[in-house]
Amino acid sequence: MPKRTDIEKILIIGSGPIVIGQACEFDYSGTQACKALREEGYKVVLVNSNPATIMTDPEIADATYIEPLTADSLEKILEKERPQAILPTMGGQTALNLAVEMSMKGTLEKLGIELIGARLESIRKAEDRQLFRDSMRNIGLEVPKSVIVFSLEEGLGHIEEIGFPAILRPAFTLGGTGGGVVYNMEEYRELLEKGLKLSLNHQVLVEESVLGWKEYELEVMRDMHDNVVIICSIENFDPMGVHTGDSITVAPAQTLTDKEYQRMRDAAIAIIREIGVDTGGSNIQFALHPETGRMTVIEMNPRVSRSSALASKATGFPIAKIAAKLAVGLALNEIPNSITRETPASFEPAIDYVVTKIPRFAFEKFPEADPQLTTQMKSVGEVMAIGRTFKESLQKAIRSLETGSYGLEPIHMGNDELVSKLKVPNPSRLWAVGEALRQGFSVEKVHRLTMIDPWFIENIKEIIETEEGIQPITDGQYAAYKQGALPASGLFGDNDITGLKGLGFSDRRLAYLTGRTEAEIRQIRKREGLRAVYKMVDTCAAEFKAFTPYLYSTWEKPFYTIGEAPAAQCEAAPSGRKKAIILGSGPNRIGQGIEFDYCCVHAVFALKELGYETIMVNCNPETVSTDYDTADRLYFEPLTIEDVMNIIEVEKPEGVIVQFGGQTPLKLAIPLEREGVRIMGTTPDAIDRAEDRRRFRELLDKLGFRQPQSDTASSVEEALAAAAHIGYPVMVRPSYVLGGRAMEIVYDDEALTGYMQRAVLASPDHPVLIDKYLEDAVEVDVDAVSDGHDVFIGGVMEHIEEAGIHSGDSACSIPPYSLDARTVDEIERQAKALALELGVVGLMNVQFAIKDRDIYILEVNPRASRTVPFVSKATGVPLAKIAAKLMAGITLKELGLASEEAGRRKGPAKKHVAVKEAVFPFDRFNGVDPILGPEMKSTGEVMGIDRNFGLAFAKAQNATRNRIPEAGKIFFSLRDKDKPASVALARRLSEMGFGIVATKGTARHLAQHGIHVESVNKLMESRPNVVDLIKNRELSFIVNTISDARAHKDSYYIRQNALHYGVPYTTTISGARAVVEAIESLKTGAYSIRPIQEYNRH
Amino acid sequence: MGVKPKAERALLVLKDGLVFEGRSFGAPGEAIGEVVFNTSMTGYQEILTDPSYKGQIVTMTYPQIGNYGVNTEDVESGAPYAEGFIVREYLPYNSNWRSHTALGEYLKASGITAIEGIDTRALARHLREKGAQTGIISTVETDPARLLEKARAYPSIDAFDFVKIVSSKEIYTWREDVWRWPEGLSLKEEGAPAAGKKKIIAYDFGIKFNILRSLVRYGFDVTVVPALTPAEEVLEAAPDAVLFSNGPGDPRTTTYAVENAKKLLGKKPVLGICLGHQILGLALGGDIYKLKFGHHGGNHPVMDIRTGKVEITAQNHNYCVDIKSLRGKAVLTHKNLYDGTEEGMMHSELPVMSVQHHPEAGPGPGDASHIFSRFREMID
Repeated sequence: MPKRTDIEKILIIGSGPIVIGQACEFDYSGTQACKALREEGYKVVLVNSNPATIMTDPEIADATYIEPLTADSLEKILEKERPQAILPTMGGQTALNLAVEMSMKGTLEKLGIELIGARLESIRKAEDRQLFRDSMRNIGLEVPKSVIVFSLEEGLGHIEEIGFPAILRPAFTLGGTGGGVVYNMEEYRELLEKGLKLSLNHQVLVEESVLGWKEYELEVMRDMHDNVVIICSIENFDPMGVHTGDSITVAPAQTLTDKEYQRMRDAAIAIIREIGVDTGGSNIQFALHPETGRMTVIEMNPRVSRSSALASKATGFPIAKIAAKLAVGLALNEIPNSITRETPASFEPAIDYVVTKIPRFAFEKFPEADPQLTTQMKSVGEVMAIGRTFKESLQKAIRSLETGSYGLEPIHMGNDELVSKLKVPNPSRLWAVGEALRQGFSVEKVHRLTMIDPWFIENIKEIIETEEGIQPITDGQYAAYKQGALPASGLFGDNDITGLKGLGFSDRRLAYLTGRTEAEIRQIRKREGLRAVYKMVDTCAAEFKAFTPYLYSTWEKPFYTIGEAPAAQCEAAPSGRKKAIILGSGPNRIGQGIEFDYCCVHAVFALKELGYETIMVNCNPETVSTDYDTADRLYFEPLTIEDVMNIIEVEKPEGVIVQFGGQTPLKLAIPLEREGVRIMGTTPDAIDRAEDRRRFRELLDKLGFRQPQSDTASSVEEALAAAAHIGYPVMVRPSYVLGGRAMEIVYDDEALTGYMQRAVLASPDHPVLIDKYLEDAVEVDVDAVSDGHDVFIGGVMEHIEEAGIHSGDSACSIPPYSLDARTVDEIERQAKALALELGVVGLMNVQFAIKDRDIYILEVNPRASRTVPFVSKATGVPLAKIAAKLMAGITLKELGLASEEAGRRKGPAKKHVAVKEAVFPFDRFNGVDPILGPEMKSTGEVMGIDRNFGLAFAKAQNATRNRIPEAGKIFFSLRDKDKPASVALARRLSEMGFGIVATKGTARHLAQHGIHVESVNKLMESRPNVVDLIKNRELSFIVNTISDARAHKDSYYIRQNALHYGVPYTTTISGARAVVEAIESLKTGAYSIRPIQEYNRH
Repeated sequence: MGVKPKAERALLVLKDGLVFEGRSFGAPGEAIGEVVFNTSMTGYQEILTDPSYKGQIVTMTYPQIGNYGVNTEDVESGAPYAEGFIVREYLPYNSNWRSHTALGEYLKASGITAIEGIDTRALARHLREKGAQTGIISTVETDPARLLEKARAYPSIDAFDFVKIVSSKEIYTWREDVWRWPEGLSLKEEGAPAAGKKKIIAYDFGIKFNILRSLVRYGFDVTVVPALTPAEEVLEAAPDAVLFSNGPGDPRTTTYAVENAKKLLGKKPVLGICLGHQILGLALGGDIYKLKFGHHGGNHPVMDIRTGKVEITAQNHNYCVDIKSLRGKAVLTHKNLYDGTEEGMMHSELPVMSVQHHPEAGPGPGDASHIFSRFREMID
């Protein structure tokens, strides 16, 4: 059947900013979909508010709108572009919801636009709980039994059919309070009574508990001809009760017989047909009772998902790409399998390895949050590892996480604590399982406590018992081995080193277990001629020849032909071409996310253009970089020195690029250089010169640039002395953490003493760093590229929030909106001088603070920064790509970017403003204060672009859902310092017809200055108070600034309620100023909708 | 429990001289046969007990085998028939609610020699490049050269008539239905003619139980007869239809079956599966050819030519019918989308249909199970 010819133009909706639950996997799927549809000759229009995506690169779609994902802006785009169809299944829940909204509003019908991939009816059948249940019953499948009850009597009458344990979920209670699991009648009666009382409408859902059941997922695809295939089965290591995004998962399913697997497969096929997903992929989750095999359907996502991205990487079957082609009417058998070339996509991948995914959490950023894992997702990223056995892939996945773990290290805790670590799902449960087995818990006991399938526990036990059999290698033994007096077999107890490597043990873990160094273990391996081999992910378990070098390492045993030497088989087959390795950024985490993957992918594109063979190394399954179509060769591997060196030894590249992937590859720069590997671009020494405080100070002194005063301290006394000569406020942070962790601003001796006492790890080796905090300074970020002779300034970004708020959490504007030209020129001059002095070849980011017209340099990072994609989108100059070319020896002159004129032309002459805003995960973590500070907490970003700052800022805010108010009451509760500045703001708001509400102190100040203000009670004062106003939706915006930790506590409830009830807010006066400007801009003219391709037409 | 016991060494030697050293996890001894690989990720118990594997040593490309143990239900015949078993890693943990015994114990009790701990992917790639070939697993001989000699001396699999060995010696009736949750395997009521049941006689050339179970499911009264049963006897029993089953080896060695088929064609509706399909091809005067390394797995796409629909099928065969050689007699009904080989045919005039793949699944997907209902409709 040919593809549809009645469609010419298709609109794809992206997923917006990176948030918990929606990360780069939708950049991967969206980018694939755009490419796939254009390949078939369709015009593609893309909407996404997230600039840090490959999909929003101007080359990916025919027209790209970096605009808020709201019904309002989408409607404008649809009216302008008039596509015939929308593909809503590529942008996660965001895109699906938006498509449903447009459909329900009648916009699609009005404009004659069709939903392809999933129809409205199917989406509703899959998403609506009741419709879904009914559909499942229609086809004879079970869902967990449930009943909604309104009274105790009713509840008691129904419990028999539900059975114990049962889950109670009262409707409409704050944060799900009053719910829980009950195991008997007594508990049931008690909790039900309580739940009915707590629920606003006295309604409680009583549901059969499937906690502890085995959890499975199937990735299903269907084409218009009703051909259905299963791409991948996934078995969760963590049983039901933990969100699949927070679970360790394994592909394929491990503990199902064929009969049981086929039963699940048949069910999945019946489900996709019943729900009516005509074309594309769906993810279906099942729960299976471990002792009876009873199967219930949990849910279905009628779209591509995080799991489908994982399944694509796990099997080599590109689900999003194929789904896009199916959506326009192609049949599965009409699409070739690009890995085998000869066979079609209408098949089910057979894999001959085991894939393990482990989520990565960020609880260290939110110490107030409860680290218990539940059905609400909390992880911020994930890693995937491939091995020939579960044990190997598990251990590879562990070291891919970059949490400092290289295996199942002991965790020291007593029996009770250990038991609770096993019982209550948490991020370190895997290690707790290892520890329990080490302490002699039986597999049965660990299973009982965790409900993890014994098969997984047995495998972990094998790892632990192997470790127990390894004894320290004494210096004498090691010397004897080196002299040839002791064979290698004598070093590792009962184990031979090949076997150990085959179980997935890293050199580093073996070093720890034997008391040797990692280098020594590597030397032993080398002496024994032992090296990793690479196998291909080929979709077919070797049945057909594969052409796509998508590789993973393993430690297979050698074999031989009689008369020849044994050798293990390696399928890497490296070429003799000029080549470079690009090291990726590993799992997403706060502070290192999609922006760095974007840069890595650009490095690949740039080097390909220069004729290099590009080799990508990464372990994050969500990304575009780990699409086997991105680089010429893909190694899906952990980013440790051992794993990277193994690849380098096979590939022998010209050089390695470490400056695009954030800290992950940067950490490897010096170890790699030590191994004789050429680091392309800026030298590791230059990086060190920028990072080492002493060397950096010398550098600035030499150039005559200013830096905030600073000092270090290892004790309370030293800290107090340092603060005394620097002067308060000061910014304090430990020297051993990156990304702003544990950074604080302190205003007095008391707070500083408190901090020093908490920072127990401060020592002469790791002192606490104390910097002058420049209060009310304007912070500026500059991204630049240099070839060592010339420097090109990519963008000067003025932050909205004052210096002291982590740059990753601040909104910023290109071009600067308040700085004068002379200051900007001076900033550029200093940035250039820094680049040349450091000898930067590639990217550089500089952070400045401007206070009273004085320019201070806060930080220089000669590497890709988080803002590179934003700058590139805002200016149309692909900075990362240019940087990669410079690193390969091309000059700025050759690229036409060396001259001053080039710089000017691309700079202030622009007639538009772009604003970046950060997006936060506060709503995911109960009890976390959404206040901004020097520690980064945002997970993602959006961009607003328009003809002036106010409009661009308004768009950016609307894209984050922190909507700019159009009318209503604005609430102020301010620290004293901000009160004077608030007068003008309140007046402007008042003049525009907004009501002003404030807490007493603030209200008094405003009233004194002639503002008409309504005073409202604080929580502890009498009622009605501010919380009542929030709950009654009387406030349309909240401005709440605070001075110190104590004030945090006092006003915490305001921000907490704002967050809970979705009232937009700001916690800085500078943010409030920008909001007022945005409101004014919106009042004077609506914002415009333009594709990014038009903004940056040169 | 504890660390897996240190296993005996085992060797695998292929006829072309390739040697793999691994560990034994089955019965001690030696196994010789044609080494093939199967890409199914589940279903090792069904594979081991499929009589079509007689004469063959099976390599599982999925590296973790033994995970769910073995149970009493997932059998395709009375005993394992594969000559030997090759896996990357054997796991003795048998974690599953239906599990009965660990796979290794089962193999030991059944006298099947098995090797683990070798690079099965390298082996599969080798077989793909060089073709299926004789191999030998040994837990007793430590000299590869001597094993190589044995492998070389072993006659080609094509020369054996394995059907005679694996076929039932008795006639029996079959009432077991296909496996379902939660009943498991259950017996269907004795045939009540009022229910519209049809009587079928199934030739057992090494028949898989799941074919019989599927026939029961689709409303047949099933009688199984030995491979050598003359056509006359079958006709005498007056069945409504006849089935030619799957089975091991080269169909050209089963001349008796081909002769019986010739006698039955035109007299009774006939369904052929796998070897049965090939026997029908020969009976109609067609040609047979051998594939380089066969089709063994559960993920091959097969297109139903009449409807254009694609089914994911279970496969286990080394030979194919050249349908072009049957021009005018039979038409191609199914085609393998991997390599374009013939997967099914229908007689141009007579009620005869056959497929090369396994509509009964076991193991593998059941997408093609409608073949049984289609056949049922043909005779109604």
